Amino acid sequence: MKKIVSLILSVFVIVSLFCSVGCGKKYDATLIVYNWGGPYMAEGSNDSIDINKMFEERYNVKIKYRTYDSNEAMYAKLKNGGAEYDIIIPSDYMVARLIEEGLVEKLDFSNIPLFESNIMDNFKNPTYDPTNEYSVPYSWGAVGIIYNKEVVKEEVKSWDILWDEKYKDNVLMFNNSRDAFMVAQTMLGYSQNTTNKDEIKAAADKLSEQKSVVQGYYMDEIYDKMINEDAAIATYYAGDALVMMEENENLAFAYPEEGTNRFVDAVCIPKGSKNKKYAEMYINFLLEAEIALANSEVTGYCTPNSAAFELLDEDTKSNKIMYPDDEYLKKCESYIHLPSEINTYVQELWINIKTEG
Amino acid sequence: MKKAFSKIYLSLVYLFLYAPIIVLIVFSFNESKSKSHFSGFSLKWYIELFEDELIMTSLFNTLILALVSSVIATLIGTMAAIGIYSMKKKSRSAIMWVTNLPMVNPEVVTGISMMLLFVAFSSIFGIQQGFYSVLIAHITFNLPYVILNVLPKLYQVNNNLFEAALDLGCTPRQAFFKVIIPEIMPGIFSGFLMAVTLSLDDFIISYFTSGSDFQTLPVTIYSMLRKQVPPSLNALSALLFVAVLAILLISNITAIRKEKAEMKR
Amino acid sequence: MKNRALAIPHIVWALVFIVIPICFVLYFAFTDDSGAFTLMWVGQIGKYWGVFARSLKLALIATVICLLVGYPMAYIISRCNWLTQRTLTMLIMLPMWMNFLLRTYAWMTLLERNGIINNFLESIGLISEPLKMINTEGAVVIGMVYNFLPFMILPLYNIMVKIDNSLIEAAQDLGCSFPSVLRRVLFPLSVPGIINGITMVFVPAASTFVISQKLGGAKNMLIGDLIDTYFMGGEPNFHVGSMLSLVLMLIILICMAFMNQDDEEVML
Repeated sequence: MKKIVSLILSVFVIVSLFCSVGCGKKYDATLIVYNWGGPYMAEGSNDSIDINKMFEERYNVKIKYRTYDSNEAMYAKLKNGGAEYDIIIPSDYMVARLIEEGLVEKLDFSNIPLFESNIMDNFKNPTYDPTNEYSVPYSWGAVGIIYNKEVVKEEVKSWDILWDEKYKDNVLMFNNSRDAFMVAQTMLGYSQNTTNKDEIKAAADKLSEQKSVVQGYYMDEIYDKMINEDAAIATYYAGDALVMMEENENLAFAYPEEGTNRFVDAVCIPKGSKNKKYAEMYINFLLEAEIALANSEVTGYCTPNSAAFELLDEDTKSNKIMYPDDEYLKKCESYIHLPSEINTYVQELWINIKTEG
Repeated sequence: MKKAFSKIYLSLVYLFLYAPIIVLIVFSFNESKSKSHFSGFSLKWYIELFEDELIMTSLFNTLILALVSSVIATLIGTMAAIGIYSMKKKSRSAIMWVTNLPMVNPEVVTGISMMLLFVAFSSIFGIQQGFYSVLIAHITFNLPYVILNVLPKLYQVNNNLFEAALDLGCTPRQAFFKVIIPEIMPGIFSGFLMAVTLSLDDFIISYFTSGSDFQTLPVTIYSMLRKQVPPSLNALSALLFVAVLAILLISNITAIRKEKAEMKR
Repeated sequence: MKNRALAIPHIVWALVFIVIPICFVLYFAFTDDSGAFTLMWVGQIGKYWGVFARSLKLALIATVICLLVGYPMAYIISRCNWLTQRTLTMLIMLPMWMNFLLRTYAWMTLLERNGIINNFLESIGLISEPLKMINTEGAVVIGMVYNFLPFMILPLYNIMVKIDNSLIEAAQDLGCSFPSVLRRVLFPLSVPGIINGITMVFVPAASTFVISQKLGGAKNMLIGDLIDTYFMGGEPNFHVGSMLSLVLMLIILICMAFMNQDDEEVML
C-alpha cells in the first residue's frame, strides 16, 4: 500500500516539475481572451501564425486563450459572475445586450489609436453601439448553407432544402435559438427581429416540423461532421464554411435566396477586467494591418479593417462567399437586441422543440 | 462446455469494454485528421499534444487539485471518522446522512448547488470562482469516501489495545498516534486513493464550479469536444491509458508478491 | 481514544458546503426574481414531465442491461482462481480510470454515419446504406451502459467473491438445478451487491447531460440537459433550474429509500 502511494506521489512530482519548466517565465500581466471556438483567430492551429505568441513577446503579457461556442454560452458565463475575462468577441446583438446590462467596460480609445485610421467608416457608430464607446469591430460575415456536392446534386437556393425529406438524418441544424429561429423566420418572410409572438410561434412550429429530418443540433461540432461526411447539409457561418471547404473539396456553400443574417462580431472588455489597459493594447494590436489580415485569412471572415482589406489578394476580394455582392446584402438583416420577455419566450419554445417527441 | 461458454462471454464483454479505447489509440497514430480512415502512421499528434499549452496546464491543474483536495479530505475525514465513531447512535446517523448526501445526490445537483453558493460568494465578497471553489467542491465530494473507508477499520480495532498502551505508560496522545493510527492506516490509505481517483476523473462538479482561469483536464476536454476535435485528444487518451495501465500493473504486482510471500509463511 | 470534538471540522464543513448549498437550491426554487415566495416554478415543471419520464426510462433500460450483462460477468470472475480474479477485475477498472468524456468521444467516432462501424459493415458488404446509429436513443443507452457497466460489475463481484463455492456445490449435490441454485442461493446472497450496483448505474445515468449531448445530438433533451441549459445556457433562469434539480433529487432519494428499505447497511 505504501508503495502505491509513494508511486503516485512521485508521478505527481515528476509531472508537476515537467509542467512548471514551461511556465517559468515571468510576465507583467495576464490577459484571458475568451473567443469563439472555431478557428476564430490566428492562434497557431491549422499552421497559421500565432498572433498571441507575438503579443506575448512584444509586450511581455501572458495570453490565456479560452473558447465558447455561442453568444449565449458566453453570456451565461459572464452573467453568472463566476468568470474573469479580459477580452470577449460577441456578435452585434449580444454587444447591445451586454451594454444594456452593464456587463462591458467603456473603452479608452486613446489606447486604441488604430481604431480611427483602420476601421472602415461604415463600421463606426453601428446600431448596436451607437456612440461607439464599448466595442471595436473584429469581423463580419453572413449565414448560409454548407452542403456536400456528392450527396446534394441539385442546386441549393433556398432554406427549404433543410426541410427536404430526401435528406432525412443528413441535416445538421444550429444549436442556438437565435440562429435557428432566424432560418425559420426568414423562410416565412418575417423579420429576424420580430417581436410578434404569433410570428415567433409560427417559426417554432416550422422548426418542430423540421425535427424529424434533422440528424442533430450542433454548433462547432459541425466542422468535424461535415468534413468527415457524417452529414450532407448544415447551416453555418460563411467564414467557417470556407475553412471546411479547404479540408474537404466535396463541400460547397450557398446563400439562400430568401435572404439571411449578416453579423458583425466586435471586441469588448467585460466588466471587472483587472488589466483593462493591457486589454486595450491587445485590441489595438488586433487592428494592426498584418494581424487583422492574418485573422481574416485564418477565419475566412471579412474584415472591417481597411488597412487589412488593402492587403488582401484579388481572389479573396472577389470571393462571393466571403464578400457577397451588394445586391444580396440588401436582402440580409442584422440582429438587434430583443426585449428580455421575447428572449425568454424564444428560449421556452426552443426547449420545447428539443424536448418533444 | 460451461467453461467454454464462460470464456466466450468474458471475451465478448471485454471486447465491448476495450474496442472503443483501442480505436481511439489506433487513430492517435493516424497521419490525417480523419477519425474513420487510417491513412498512414505518424507521431505528429503526440508532438502537437505536448505543445498544447492549454492541455498541459490543465493536466497540471488537475494533478495539483487531486493531490491537495485528497490530502485535506483525508485529514478532515479521518478526524471526522474518529469523532463519529465516538458518538451516540442518533447523532452518528444524522451526521452520516448529511455526509452521504453528495454521494447519493446526482452530481449535477451537487454541482449546481455549489455553483449557487459560489455565485453568492462572488456577489457578496467579490471573490471569483477559480482554484479555491473547485478545491472546496472536490474536498466536499471526497469526504464521504474517506470517512466510509476509515470508519470500518475503527470498528475492527480492539478496544483493549488503547487501554493496554496506556497501562504500558503511553500518554493518550502517544497511544493514539503510535497504536490506533497504524491500525487504521490501511483504511486511511484506501480512502486517500479513492479521493485521488475521484478527483482526477470528476467532470460535472468541476464544470459547474470552475471560473474562467482555472480549468481541469476534463473541463478542457469537454470544451475541445464542442469544436473541431484535434487528433491530439486521441494521443492524450492513449497516454492516459498507458499511464493508468502502468499504475494498476505495478500496484497489482506488488500486492500479488506480498500475498504470495504471506502464503508461504 | 474517544474524542467527539474531532468531528467538528467536518461538521462545520458539511454545514457550509453541503447543507447551505442545498438551502440555496430550495431558496431559488421557491422564490421569484424579487426574492418573494412563489410556487410558480412548480407549475413550470409540469410541462417537462415528458423529459423526466424519458430520462428515467433510458436510465432504467441502461441499468437493466448493465445488470443482465454484469451479473454473469461478476459470477464468472468470482469463480476463477485468485490470480485470474485480480487480473480480470483490474481489466474492469482500467477503462473506469480513463476520463469518461474520452470514453464517450470514442463512441462518437464509432457510431457516426460515416464512422468506423458503418464503414466496416459497408466494406464487408453487409449494408449498402449507412445505419442510423448516432443521435438515437439507442446510442444514448449504449453510451450509458459503456460508461457505467464497471460500476455494476465491481459491487456484484465484491459480494459474490464472498459466497463460498461449497454452498453452491452443496445445493447442487442436494439436487438443485443451476437455475434454482441461481434463484435460491446466489440471488438472495447477492442482493446487497445488486442494490449497490443499481444505484451506482441508475443515478448517474438518469442525470447525465454529456452523453445525451454527444451521442444524442441534443435532439431529445434529458433532465440533465435541461438543468444545464437553465444554468449555463443563453437565458439563465436559476429558479427553474433549481426547481428541476430539486425534483430530480427527490425522485432519486425516493428511489433509493425504496430500494434500501430492507437493507439499511448499504446506505452507510
